[in-house]
Amino acid sequence: MSKERNVDLAKWSGPKRPYDLVKEFVIAFVVVGLLVGAISAIFSSPDEPAVTLQQWANQAPADFVATTAGELAGTTISAAYGPPYNTASEGLNLGPIKIQKWAGVTIPVNPAVDFVTTPLKFSKDPAVPAALAQWNGASSGQQTKWATDYSTAIGKAGDYTKVTASQTYGPVPTMASGLLVLAQSDVLDGLLTTTVTPYPSDFTKPMLFLADGGYFDDLGAKQHLHGDQWGMMNETGSYPGQSWLWLFSLWYQVEPFKSSANADIQIFAFLMLLNLGFIFMPKIPFINRLPRLIPFHRLIWRRYYRENNL
Amino acid sequence: MSSMWTTKLRKATVEKFEPQDVLPDDQPSYVASWIYVFGVLTLSSFAIIILSGLILTTRGAIWWHSSNVGHFVNSMHLWSVELFFVFMVVHLWGKFWMAAWRGRRFATWVTGAFCFLASVATGFTGYLIQWDFDSQWIATQAKDGLNSAGIGSFFNTLNTGQAILLHVSLLPLVLTFIVIWHVILVRRNGVVPPLDAKEIAGGAK
Ligand code: HEM
Repeated sequence: MSKERNVDLAKWSGPKRPYDLVKEFVIAFVVVGLLVGAISAIFSSPDEPAVTLQQWANQAPADFVATTAGELAGTTISAAYGPPYNTASEGLNLGPIKIQKWAGVTIPVNPAVDFVTTPLKFSKDPAVPAALAQWNGASSGQQTKWATDYSTAIGKAGDYTKVTASQTYGPVPTMASGLLVLAQSDVLDGLLTTTVTPYPSDFTKPMLFLADGGYFDDLGAKQHLHGDQWGMMNETGSYPGQSWLWLFSLWYQVEPFKSSANADIQIFAFLMLLNLGFIFMPKIPFINRLPRLIPFHRLIWRRYYRENNL
Repeated sequence: MSSMWTTKLRKATVEKFEPQDVLPDDQPSYVASWIYVFGVLTLSSFAIIILSGLILTTRGAIWWHSSNVGHFVNSMHLWSVELFFVFMVVHLWGKFWMAAWRGRRFATWVTGAFCFLASVATGFTGYLIQWDFDSQWIATQAKDGLNSAGIGSFFNTLNTGQAILLHVSLLPLVLTFIVIWHVILVRRNGVVPPLDAKEIAGGAK
C-alpha cells in the first residue's frame, strides 16, 4: 500500500514514450470543428418564435379575459406567488427552513396593478376611465368580491362572452375587455416592458402574466415541455436539449417529490447534496473504492499491466 | 528578498514549473489509451463554443433569427455545447474508473467537478437568451426552483438583459478560469499512474 502511494505521488521515473500534446490538440480541434459543422448543417437548431401578449389575446381571448379577472381576484399563480415578487404567500419551505421567505421581495410585482390597472390608463375605450375610477374608489374587499364573482361566472359559463352582464361584477368586465383590446392592438407588450426605460431588456412582467394563462401552458404541453414530461431538459422539436440535467429532472417524475407542494425546494436541496457528493467523491468511503472493485482500469491500462506482468 | 510579495508569488507559481513539465514532449509509457483523448476533446469543443459564441456576440443577440449564416453559427454554438458535454461526461467517468484523484490529485478532481457545474450554469443562461419560445418556456419554468432556493431574488430568469450579460461575460470568464486551473493542475502533477503500478527500475528518467 505504502509503495503504491509513493508511485502515485512521485514524479514518474519509469519508461516514457514520445507524446505530442500540441499536435493532439490541433487534430482534435480540427476534427471536432468539422464534426460540429457537419451536424449543424444536417440538424440545424430550433427557433420557435417567441409568444407575445398580442398573440395570446388574439388567439385565446377567453383565456386572456379569464386570466385578467384572476389577476384582479388575486387567484393566479403570480398574484398568489410570494417572494421575490410579493407577500401574497410565504413561498415554499423545507419544514422550518423558509429560504424563499427570508430572501425577501426583491422584484416587486403587484399583478392587479402592474398587469391591469396601470396599463389600462392607456386604453382608448371611453368606458374604461369610469370603470377604473370605480375600481380605485372601492375597498379591497369589494374589489376582490367583484373579481371573484366574475371569475366564477366565467368558469361556470365556460367563456366570458356567455356571461350575462350584471352589477355584481362591478367594473371588472369593462376592465378585462379594455385590457383585451389593448393587448390585441399590440400596446400591452410594450407597456409592460418599458416602465424604466424605452429599451426593453427585462420581461418579468409580460412573462409572468403570459405564464398565468392557459394558452402558454398548452403550447408548452404540446411541445412535451412540462416538468412531469421531463420538460426541464427538453427543447422544442426533437433536439437533445439540456440532457445533462437528467438527474435534476428525474426527481420531478417520482414520488414523494412528484406530488409534493414543496417539490421545487426539496429537489433543489437534494440536488445540492448530490453535487457535494460529486465534488467530494474521492473522499466518500466505498464509492472511492469502486474503481478497485469493478476493475475497468485493467482495460484502460491493459498494455501496461500486460507488459509488466501485473 | 524572500519577504517581497513578488518573490513569494514567483516561488508559488512560476518556479513550481519546469518548461518540460508545462509542455512535455513525452509521457509515461502507461499513457496509452483512447480515454486520454477525451480531456483534449472536451477542451477542443470548448474552444469551438467560445469561437462560435464570439461570432454571435459581434453581431448581436437577435442577428441569427434573420440570417442564414447567423442561424448556422448558432447551430454550431449549440452542437459544440452538446458534444462538449458528451466528451466531458466520458472524460469524467474515465477519471472515476481510473481513480485519477490519487496522489494529491484530489484538487484536479474538484476543479473538474466545478468545470461541470459552471458549464451547466453557463449552458442554462444560454438557453435563456435565445429570444424565442424555448427561452420563454425555460425562464418561466426555472424561476420557481430558483425562487424557492432564494437564488431568484438576485438572479431573475425573466430578466433577459441580466441573463445575456451573465452568459457572454461573467460565466464564460469563470468557466475559462476554472478550466485553465484544472489543466495547470494536471500538468503540475503529471498523469496519474495505473492502480497498483510498480516503477520499473532503469527506465528513462
Ligand atoms: C470543462 C471541462 C473539462 C475540461 C476542458 C477538462 C480537461 C482535462 C484535460 C485536457 C486533462 C488532461 C488529459 C486527460 O487526462 O484527459 C484532464 C485531466 C483530468 N480531469 Fe478534466 N476536464 C474537464 C472536466 C473534468 C471533470 C468534470 C472531471 C471530474 C470531476 C475531471 C477530472 C479530471 C482529472 C481527475 C484529471 C487528471 C487525470 C490524470 O491525472 O490522469 N475533469 N482534464
